[in-house]
Amino acid sequence: MDATEKTIFELSATGRKGFRFPSSDVPSSDLPESLQRKDLPLPELSEVDVVRHYTRLSRLNYSLDNGMYPLGSCTMKYNPKICEKAARISAFANLHPLQPIESVQGAVLILYEMQIILQEISGFPACSLTPAAGAQGEFGGVKMIAASLRDRGETQRKIMLIPDSAHGTNPASSVMSGFECLAVRTDERGNIDLNDLTSKCNERLAGIMITNPNTLGLFDENIVEVIRIVHQAGGLVYGDGANMNALLGIVKPAELGFDVMHFNLHKTFATPHGGGGPGAGAICCTEQLKAYLPGPIADILEEATEEVPPLYGYRMPEKSIGMLRSFWGHFGIIVRAYCYCMMLGAEGLRRVAEYATLNANYLMEALKQDYPLPYDRTCMHEFVLDVKWPDAPGIRALDVAKRLMDYKFHPPTNYFPLIVHEALMIEPTETESKETLDDFIKAMKTIAREARENPELLHQAPTETPFGRMDEVKAARDLKIAE
Amino acid sequence: MFIPHTDADRESMLAAIGKKDLNELFDVVPEKYRFPKLNLQPGLTEPEVTFLLDEISSANLSLDHTACFTGAGAYHHYIPAAIDNLISRGDFYTAYTPYQPEISQGTLQAVYEYQSLMARLTGMEAANASHYDGATACAEAGVLAYHQYHGKRKKILVSAGLHPHYLLTLKTYLQDFDGMQIECPKATSLDEISPEKLEEKIDMDTALVLVQYPDFFGQIQDFSELAKAVHEKGALLCVCINPIALGLLKTPGEMGADIVVGEGQPLGIPLSYGGPYLGIFTTRKELIRKVSGRIVGETVDNRGQRAYVLTLTAREQHIRREKATSNICSNQSLNALTAAIYLSLLGRDGLRAVAKLCYDKAHYAAKEISKIHGYRILNQRPFFHEFVVSCPQPPSDINQHLLDHGMIGGYDLSEEYPMLGNAMLIAVTEMINKEDIDDLCEMLKEGEHHGRH
Ligand SMILES: Cc1ncc(COP(=O)(O)O)c(C=O)c1O
Repeated sequence: MDATEKTIFELSATGRKGFRFPSSDVPSSDLPESLQRKDLPLPELSEVDVVRHYTRLSRLNYSLDNGMYPLGSCTMKYNPKICEKAARISAFANLHPLQPIESVQGAVLILYEMQIILQEISGFPACSLTPAAGAQGEFGGVKMIAASLRDRGETQRKIMLIPDSAHGTNPASSVMSGFECLAVRTDERGNIDLNDLTSKCNERLAGIMITNPNTLGLFDENIVEVIRIVHQAGGLVYGDGANMNALLGIVKPAELGFDVMHFNLHKTFATPHGGGGPGAGAICCTEQLKAYLPGPIADILEEATEEVPPLYGYRMPEKSIGMLRSFWGHFGIIVRAYCYCMMLGAEGLRRVAEYATLNANYLMEALKQDYPLPYDRTCMHEFVLDVKWPDAPGIRALDVAKRLMDYKFHPPTNYFPLIVHEALMIEPTETESKETLDDFIKAMKTIAREARENPELLHQAPTETPFGRMDEVKAARDLKIAE
Repeated sequence: MFIPHTDADRESMLAAIGKKDLNELFDVVPEKYRFPKLNLQPGLTEPEVTFLLDEISSANLSLDHTACFTGAGAYHHYIPAAIDNLISRGDFYTAYTPYQPEISQGTLQAVYEYQSLMARLTGMEAANASHYDGATACAEAGVLAYHQYHGKRKKILVSAGLHPHYLLTLKTYLQDFDGMQIECPKATSLDEISPEKLEEKIDMDTALVLVQYPDFFGQIQDFSELAKAVHEKGALLCVCINPIALGLLKTPGEMGADIVVGEGQPLGIPLSYGGPYLGIFTTRKELIRKVSGRIVGETVDNRGQRAYVLTLTAREQHIRREKATSNICSNQSLNALTAAIYLSLLGRDGLRAVAKLCYDKAHYAAKEISKIHGYRILNQRPFFHEFVVSCPQPPSDINQHLLDHGMIGGYDLSEEYPMLGNAMLIAVTEMINKEDIDDLCEMLKEGEHHGRH
């Protein structure tokens, strides 16, 4: 059976209508002919057509509401429904960003309190909620480092160290901030190689971007020493907080010595990924760097008195790197994250880290019997397998990933981090039950057996899904990205 | 609540990994810093958090029952009911970026349709899957132009009609980056914001000319001649649009734009106090390999079925790392879906209709306001649904008066644009009735009397 869904353009029929506006209650005004467009090639469908089309499309997606999504580095945890409802409260969803400040006091209060919550979790004294996503948080944070070095008169410091396990956004963000990237090796225990690090710390060092736990799911055993070395060489330390799910209530990055970090609210605080966004970022930093934060930042403009509540508003940090986007940030996402944090409280947040870590270790222990585990020590919230079997040489990580779909699981992240060649990066998160994990283990073990006994099953996979493997070469060669 | 483990599950899992308790999982964390106290409130149940959020939100004035004359980059439009119903499907909003196309065709095809709709709307050939918002889309156009000339052209020329936040964002991204300079010729009046004024400033060092259409002050100007001048100097022209306006207006494609960017919020996305919104980004075909962000392309699967995949990924950070065209990773996929549904529902006639309603109502409002003693419309050129009013009093006083009567006035321009005097920017969408406009005029008249006391 063909699973293809027609496009909205194929479904269009001249004269059909899906929506009607009221007729005008004011006189018509003329627009000069020369400024008018000639035609408007939009499709014409009824509301029924539109609803059925997108409903059918939605059914072609795998999603968290469908099942486990063990995508390493992405923290695909359950998205609580109350948070969705919260963001849709009329006096949140239906607020203009430039309304008079007196008419949005509840909204600014949420931004202000969310800043405080993230400060408390990270241990830093300052926070900006303006980044649109993790990558923009990185960009802003690294720019803050650049600005502070400029003010110190140390513009020769141009090198940003990036561990070879880092996410691709780290080097990309560094270059956009004017830095040159230099890779630092990972040692055989999965830590930053101290010798390599030391050899790269010189008078040109600007800083280092550290993901801790790193993308192998390992907490760096020498983290305090790494930070000391970089600080001693005059560099600053950036923390990629994509993996904060493992550290909530476990350790505060500020206390370890980090200077600035970002959060991904769409990972750690359960806001939905939306098929690729929108998420939201946040930057937290030290007293020394806070004047450089991107703004505007929510603040109390007039303290409360006995009669009146405080007046919330905004301020731009004195030496701010500027605005990262329009208005105040991804408010709708921040409301969801705020709702989540308020429900969890201090204890609940710590439980998140504990159970995310328990789940990952439980899976790792069960799977390392069947899959090579390049770094074998207690992991944090995720771990990385290397699909390299001497007795199944034709099987790659990709094949295992594709076969998992036939067992109704979303595959783990594959081919990342780059230092593990046939990487399968598995992050179960705390919201998966033991039964689900056991089912996943069973599927993975079956696939490991199939790899030896019937490798074709893996090469052909997936066969149980509505679509099979794609011709990616054709997509790029016969480029068709719009019609 | 969201952790399903029973005590028995926990104990058997700990036993399986050889740990005696949960704390032991974190032995690797330096003891001195391990398990810090978090000074946060105890967790709330769902009924409690519902009550709390209701209470907090009651300090906000929802636009549900309020006429709003503020636009300035975010616009109050009607959102058809079908949209929230569809985007609330867990299959859409709880999915990740479609890295596994076999089980992500819903998102992929929807984004392909979004790209097609954006290309058609703007009169361009190619589109990406979205940027964060209008401001970052402008910044990414600057980044594209930088790469297009391999950093050899150092100037980005920006019209004074660009949204002030977009200019600031562009500066955050590019000012001083490898010697890049952002030049925004100052204007002392709306009249001075013209393509002719910009033309004079284009030289062989110019990488990009960035204009807004309609501009921040609502003005509509044809950029066809500007496009020629830009191309004569070998530079790129980027036009920042309002998608609703393109229901009526000549497309940037027809004028010869190389890149079109814009804020997609008006396409069915709630105002949500400023975000998350949608960065529109479309180009001529030749530039597509320089575009940043995700792009969906058509292909076939191994069963011969038409299907869609993320394509041209060699531009992106996860493949190219420090050589990537940008660092963008997560984008605004669900909002791109929203825009696609909005345009599918409205279709050709619906988008024209909403654009015409906005146009007519804004022009009615301008006409009525201009009749009030002391008020003057500063726009001399055609405008779309926004215009600048010179007021007899500071706009903040007027807005306070309006707010006291449950109405949101115009955007106060006096701080950012002191040369315009006591000016406010008024936006009128289809959500505003004739009665609202008449009420506004009445209140402005009253305010006038108060002002004279
Ligand atoms: C380690 C790491 N850093 C940064 C990012 C980028 O975050 P975002 O997609 O929110 O921009 C990711 C996202 O996958 C990540 O896993």
